Amino acid sequence: MYGNDFPAPDDAPGGGLLGEVAAAEAALREAAARRRGRAPDPDTDLEAYFADVIDADQKIEPRDWMPEAYRKTLIRQIAQHAHSEIIGMQPEGNWISRAPSLKRKAILLAKVQDEAGHGLYLYAAAETLGISRDELVRLLLDGRQKYSSIFNYPTLTWADVGVIGWLVDGAAIVNQVPLCRCSYGPYARAMIRVCKEESFHQRQGYEILHVLAHGTPDQKAMAQDAVDRWWYPSLAMFGPPDGDSTHSAQSMAWKIKRFSNDELRQRFVDMCVQQAEILGLTLPDPALRWNDERQAYDYTQPDYDELMRVIKGQGPCNRQRMEHRRHAHADGAWVREAATAYAANQAEKKEKVAA
Amino acid sequence: MIAAQRLGDWTSRAPEMEEDVALTNIALDQLGAARLLLTYAGELEGAGRDEDALAYLRDDREFRNCLLVELPNGDFAVTVAKLFFLSAYQLPLYAALAGCGDERLAAIGAKARKESAYHLDHASLWVRRLGDGTAESHRRMQAAVDQVWPYVHELFAPFPGAPVDPTTLRAAFDAAVDPVLAEATLARPADGWAPAGGRDGLHTEHLSYLLTEMQVLHRAHPGAQW
Repeated sequence: MYGNDFPAPDDAPGGGLLGEVAAAEAALREAAARRRGRAPDPDTDLEAYFADVIDADQKIEPRDWMPEAYRKTLIRQIAQHAHSEIIGMQPEGNWISRAPSLKRKAILLAKVQDEAGHGLYLYAAAETLGISRDELVRLLLDGRQKYSSIFNYPTLTWADVGVIGWLVDGAAIVNQVPLCRCSYGPYARAMIRVCKEESFHQRQGYEILHVLAHGTPDQKAMAQDAVDRWWYPSLAMFGPPDGDSTHSAQSMAWKIKRFSNDELRQRFVDMCVQQAEILGLTLPDPALRWNDERQAYDYTQPDYDELMRVIKGQGPCNRQRMEHRRHAHADGAWVREAATAYAANQAEKKEKVAA
Repeated sequence: MIAAQRLGDWTSRAPEMEEDVALTNIALDQLGAARLLLTYAGELEGAGRDEDALAYLRDDREFRNCLLVELPNGDFAVTVAKLFFLSAYQLPLYAALAGCGDERLAAIGAKARKESAYHLDHASLWVRRLGDGTAESHRRMQAAVDQVWPYVHELFAPFPGAPVDPTTLRAAFDAAVDPVLAEATLARPADGWAPAGGRDGLHTEHLSYLLTEMQVLHRAHPGAQW
């Protein structure tokens, strides 16, 4: 009931990036086929073995030895990613009850459901590194682990739902497509699946904006206002500029990251300029112009002080998002306890029957 | 559709992430069936109203949903009780529709029946878990069943001209509900008060608020495409 029946222009989002996802999937399969069948000898130098696997573009799997710092970095990154999916349900969920047509309501419900699924999938990937989902949720609720800064901005109009699809999911995909080639197998596989669905969501968001931008003057103004509010927060999603990024160098050496924050941000800007033109909307940056020498667009950097404030909890919705999550968790405690008690009762009954 | 609207409110609020997925999924099924039924109703009416005109441009006095689905969500037990009774009614209803003479209704019934079976399974499991879980969950589940039970009677009131006679669905409903209540160590409430009126457009005070929220954006932009 919620298929994409929008005759998208050829250069609508998704196309090129999906090709990269498919290529990463093929590479993953080749790497699996190449994999040396034997485990390292007991007297192997594990660190050297680990470095060899990374050098050969093979995947590290849960049972493989890995440096403690590699494990910790991955847990932090995958958990933050999972938390973002779960918190990210809120800004869009905010419009489910008011979606302006039944078709849009169905698409939005399906999308938010996908996000919950991505969260579950990513928590499962993190669990392969030896931490439980309960612990990760606890770290989120205690504010000791982060989620993406973007979800601390409010969705004020229906057009925001479209912009979240186009820009926020678009930025997420640009960020995540290279992770399909990440050195940790479970994360790479999760990213392949997540990217495929996200690019579908991105197209749907783009479609919402396309309809608004070609609708009534009020609808077009609503779309432009949403783009104006979300453009810089979306650029900030790629993180601080390369000079200030603390984890980058090590993550690149371990082949967790493949490109720097600034490289990915540039790629995203170049992609969006064309798409905005097709939409008939403007990006709110007077300095945005093609640079022939660099073969890329020059653009104004986001306000990184604002990014730091939002990350530290001072964004418009940080408190509201956390409060909502804590409430849902606390209100559901009696239900989870009941499910546990019921399962124990049932197991006991089965045992009695067996005896 | 009203059931979908209420279930959609649970999104990002469920007690477990898995339940978030499940409730959103059920909302999506209910909405899908509503869209098929509304589209067909609009065609039969022949006045040019599509699913959106019927969903967004009718007032509460023109809505024909049963009162059960418009009741507020309450706690998780109330939502489970509503879903349990609704799906125990919808499963035999859609099964009967699947065999009716109207081809369109039969196709919709055949599709929705499979979904209702899943909804009933899911709700039954939660009724048992909560009823036979902890003392607290038992108390809440019994209270929820007691609160919602009066609204069940309207589902089976005679409805002249309906493609399926609602009175014929009661036996299947009882056969689905009674054993689950018993397994869940819950008491089946006594029959008595039987509020009704939904089918005549006489609703509870809750529906108008629900529609206000659901229709606000659509009504603010008359004639716009989305």
